Amino acid sequence: MSAMVNEKTVTCIICPAGCRIRVSMQGGEIASIKGNLCKRGENYAKDEVTHPTRVLTTTVRLEDGRLLPVKTARPIPKALLFDAVKELSNVVVKVPVKIGQVVYSNVAGTGVDVVATRSWK
Amino acid sequence: MQSRELVIIGAGPAGLSAAVEARRLGIKDVLVIDREPEPGGILKQCIHTGFGLHVFNEELTGPEYAERFIREAENLGVEIMLDTMVIELSADKRIVAVNNREGLMEIQAKAIILAMGCRERTRGAINIPGFRPAGIFTAGTAQRFVNIEGYMPGREIVILGSGDIGLIMARRLTLEGAKVKCVVEIMPYSNGLTRNIVQCLEDYDIPLLLKHTVVNIHGRKRVEGVTIAEVDENMKPIMSTAKFVPCDTLLLSVGLIPENELSRMAEITIDEATGGPVVNQRMETSVPGIFACGNVLHVHDLVDYVTREAELAARGAASYLADGGKKYEYVPVSTGSGLRYVLPQRINADAMTDSRQNFFMRSVRPMNKARLIIESEKGVIKSKAMRHVKPSEMISIQLGRDEVIGIKMLRFSLQEEGDGVERDG
Ligand SMILES: Cc1cc2nc3c(=O)[nH]c(=O)nc-3n(C[C@H](O)[C@H](O)[C@H](O)COP(=O)(O)OP(=O)(O)OC[C@H]3O[C@@H](n4cnc5c(N)ncnc54)[C@H](O)[C@@H]3O)c2cc1C
Ligand code: SF4
Repeated sequence: MSAMVNEKTVTCIICPAGCRIRVSMQGGEIASIKGNLCKRGENYAKDEVTHPTRVLTTTVRLEDGRLLPVKTARPIPKALLFDAVKELSNVVVKVPVKIGQVVYSNVAGTGVDVVATRSWK
Repeated sequence: MQSRELVIIGAGPAGLSAAVEARRLGIKDVLVIDREPEPGGILKQCIHTGFGLHVFNEELTGPEYAERFIREAENLGVEIMLDTMVIELSADKRIVAVNNREGLMEIQAKAIILAMGCRERTRGAINIPGFRPAGIFTAGTAQRFVNIEGYMPGREIVILGSGDIGLIMARRLTLEGAKVKCVVEIMPYSNGLTRNIVQCLEDYDIPLLLKHTVVNIHGRKRVEGVTIAEVDENMKPIMSTAKFVPCDTLLLSVGLIPENELSRMAEITIDEATGGPVVNQRMETSVPGIFACGNVLHVHDLVDYVTREAELAARGAASYLADGGKKYEYVPVSTGSGLRYVLPQRINADAMTDSRQNFFMRSVRPMNKARLIIESEKGVIKSKAMRHVKPSEMISIQLGRDEVIGIKMLRFSLQEEGDGVERDG
C-alpha cells in the first residue's frame, strides 16, 4: 500500500538565488527533492524538512532591571524556540556580565547553553 | 576652543572602525563624539545574528560586533566622548558640541569624519489618511522598546514595508507572544534579505502581502485596525480589494535616510540619489578634509561594508593630513541605466589610497541575470555577469589603479539579460 504523499516547499537561503525547493515525503521518508540549482540546496532542504534548527537570540533581565541580549551557543530545534523564550523569561542574571559568559544551561532540555552577547558593568 | 587632529562624529560601527584604523595608521589625536551614553550606535539594539560574516568570518549579533570594535578602540587609546551632541559643523572644520558636564564647547579639527548614521522614514513621509492614534511606531523604535527598554509596543501587529528591520521585528515580537497579522509591501518584491523572509516570516506563517498597502488607519486614541488594499501597476490602491485588519499597533519599515543635517550646515554637496554626501576615492566630501562613511553616506545592508568603507575614510583622512589639503582634479563617475546610484561619485586615480578602488552601487529593480558594464570615454573597460541582483543587496566591485589611470570619465550601468535559469514546474 502506498503511504500518504505530501510535499513541502523550502526556500533555500544558502545563496542569493533563493531556490524554491520542493520536497515530497512518502511515509516519513524523503521521496524526491526538486527545484534546487545545486547540491548544497539538497542538503539544506533535507535538514529543513527533517530537523530544522535555529540560533535563538533574545534578552534576559539583569538583577538591576536592565536587559541583557543573549543567544543560544548552538542552533536548537525550531520547534523548541517558543519553549526556550518562555523559560528564559524567568531568568535573572547578576551584574557584572562578560560577553560570552554562560547565563543559562540546557535551555528547553536541548543541552545547549545560553550566552551573553554583550558585557554589562 | 580646543584643537584636535581628527574628530569623528558618531560612535556606531562606522565611527569606531574609522577610529581604530586611524590609530593603526599612527594618527595620535583621535576624538570620537556620540550623543548616546554608550558607543556602538544602532548595533546595540540589533540583538539578532547576521553581522560580521565578511570581516570576522563569523556570524555575530549586533552587540557582539560592536563590542569587538569598542574594545579595540579602547586598547588603541581612542578618546570617546559620550552623551555629547554635535550641534554645529562649518566648512572650516569647526565643531560645536554640547553636553551637561562641559556645556557648549568649540573644537577646531584638522580633519573630520562624519559617521552619524541614518534615521528611519516616518509616517509623515508617506502620508496615510486617518487620525494619529497611539500605536504607530517605526520598526527601529519598536526594536529599541523591546530589546533595550524591555516592553512590548503592542499585541496585535501589522507591519508596513518589508525592510529588514520590520522582518526582524516580526519574528522578535512573535517570539515574545504578540500576533503579527501580516507584512504589507507596496512593491511586487520584498526589500528584505531572502534569509529574513524565510526565518522571520515563513518560519512563523506570517503572510507577506506584496503589491499591497495600508490605505487607512482606524482608531482615535489607540490604533484599532488598518485598511489594506492591493495596488495596481502605478501603485494606486484598488479600493475594491480593500479590507479591514484589526490590530493595536502599526509598525513602519519603509526605509532609512542618511542623517545629514550637519553636512548641510557645512555646505557639503549632497547626492540626491544616495541622500548622503558626494565623495571622492578616499571618501572625502566636497569640503576638503571632511570625510564620510557608513549610513550617513549611503544606507548599507551589511555592517561589514560599513567597516570597510570607514577604514577607507580613515586612510583618506590620514592621506589628507599628510598632503596638507593638496588640490586634485577629479574625473566624474556617473550612474547609467539599471542603477540607482554609484559611489564614489568622483575619483582621482593618482590619489587612490589603495591599489584597488571599491565602488558600491544599487540596482533599480531585481534582475535574475544581468551584466554590469563599466565604460570610460574610450569604451567598455570592464564587464561582469551578475546573478540575482536586488535593490536591497548592495553590489560592490573593485577596479585596479591601472584600469582607471588616465581616463576622463567613468560610467556604470546594469543591463538585464535573458533569464537562462532552468526551473522545473
Ligand atoms: C533602526 C535600525 C535598525 C537596523 N538594523 C539593522 C540590522 O538588523 N542589521 C543590519 O545589518 N543593519 C541594520 N541597520 C543598518 C545599520 O545601521 C548599519 O549596519 C550600521 O549600524 C550603520 O553604522 P553607522 O555607524 O553608519 O550608523 P549608526 O550605527 O546609526 O551610528 C551612528 C551614531 O552616530 C551618533 N550620532 C548621530 N548624530 C550625532 C550628533 N549630531 N552628535 C553626536 N552623535 C551623533 C548616533 O548616536 C549613533 O551612535 C539598522 C539601522 C537602523 C536605523
Ligand atoms: S539550491 Fe543552490 S543555487 Fe539554489 S539557493 Fe540553494 S545554494 Fe543557491
